[in-house]
Amino acid sequence: MRKYTQITFVLGVFAVLVLARQLKGNDTPVVVGVTPTSAPTNTPSPAASSSSSNPQASTNTPTVAPQGKYKNGTYTGSVQDAFYGNIQVQAVISNGKISNITFLQYPNDNRTSQYVNGQADPILAQEAIQTQSAQVDIVSGASASSQAFQTSLADALSQAK
Amino acid sequence: MKKQATIMGMPVTVQVLDASATDEDIQEVFAYLHYMDQKFSTYKTDSEISQINRGELSNADYSSEMKKILALCEETKREADGYFDINLNGILDPSGIVKGYAIWESAKLLEKKGHKNFYVEIAGDIQTFGKNEKGENWKVGIQNPFNLKEIIKVLKISNQGIATSGNYRRGKHILNPKTKERADEIAGITIIGPNVYEADRFATAAFAMGEKGIEFIEKQRNLEAYMIKNNQIAVMTSGFEKYCV
Repeated sequence: MRKYTQITFVLGVFAVLVLARQLKGNDTPVVVGVTPTSAPTNTPSPAASSSSSNPQASTNTPTVAPQGKYKNGTYTGSVQDAFYGNIQVQAVISNGKISNITFLQYPNDNRTSQYVNGQADPILAQEAIQTQSAQVDIVSGASASSQAFQTSLADALSQAK
Repeated sequence: MKKQATIMGMPVTVQVLDASATDEDIQEVFAYLHYMDQKFSTYKTDSEISQINRGELSNADYSSEMKKILALCEETKREADGYFDINLNGILDPSGIVKGYAIWESAKLLEKKGHKNFYVEIAGDIQTFGKNEKGENWKVGIQNPFNLKEIIKVLKISNQGIATSGNYRRGKHILNPKTKERADEIAGITIIGPNVYEADRFATAAFAMGEKGIEFIEKQRNLEAYMIKNNQIAVMTSGFEKYCV
């Protein structure tokens, strides 16, 4: 469920998508626009169009491990001018993949920005699925005519041979 | 007290922890589910829905329960932007609504009897009430769609419903009503809702939507979701994590 107070807005989303696309590309061995430090590089661009589509690369750009995997860690992006205000994001890489993206700065100081924010699609967290060993009371799985049905059918068919 | 049965061709489990629970209480739930199966099963030739599909009943002859279920199907179709449709080539199959509805009604039946701590589960769709045996929220595992013996997420819920849609354990597949093709863009989606009826109907619809189903759920009030893509990456709605153990 969307929390409207959260940080979501059109220009920011666009900037993050640019960032995410660069992070995702298996054949792109360099992460552009993020640095593996907590200190952001403030390099505002002169116009929204160039800031969104061409974020300024920060220094100390890390190279990425081979085979399309990214180095684990928290990466803070440079500050970008998004016309209605500045945008800065932080990406968390776990297991070589983006696991979370957070907005450190976003335009929220005027009515236009708030309107734009309210219209945007959310950025949803992702993770690689992992087996858990905890004891549970109940299991939720895809609704089924059940494995029993399939087992029974297989048994019936084996008898039919 | 925990009882299991096979009804609607599916495994049914009811567990009531209250000391006041009797075998009759649970048998009453099973009897209700048999009644619903008899009315809505498309596999039973003498069910009301089968009679309707053979054109043997006119609208005026529909039972009040049938009218209610069909109205709920229409409502869901509208709310799910057409991604829930029980009409396939003129044949009605309301099973995408009936299961969640029947679980929710069963749970309400137990609640009316004064029980406070229990769950009703049919084939992986669940309504919880109160607490588990340890006095904590019920712990529900999400099954790994790629290895059915594994759990990949553990949730804690109380007085809520949870439902999962996917093709990995179904004999019958969910279709995308807009393309009439089998929906298989994602491996599965699990929804937590205020009750299992809401969770189940939107799980079916969101599954048919494919990858954009998670964004649809994000926009719904009172629903959270965990979508598993075919590349084994999960995407979750912004309020999902608070249920994770």
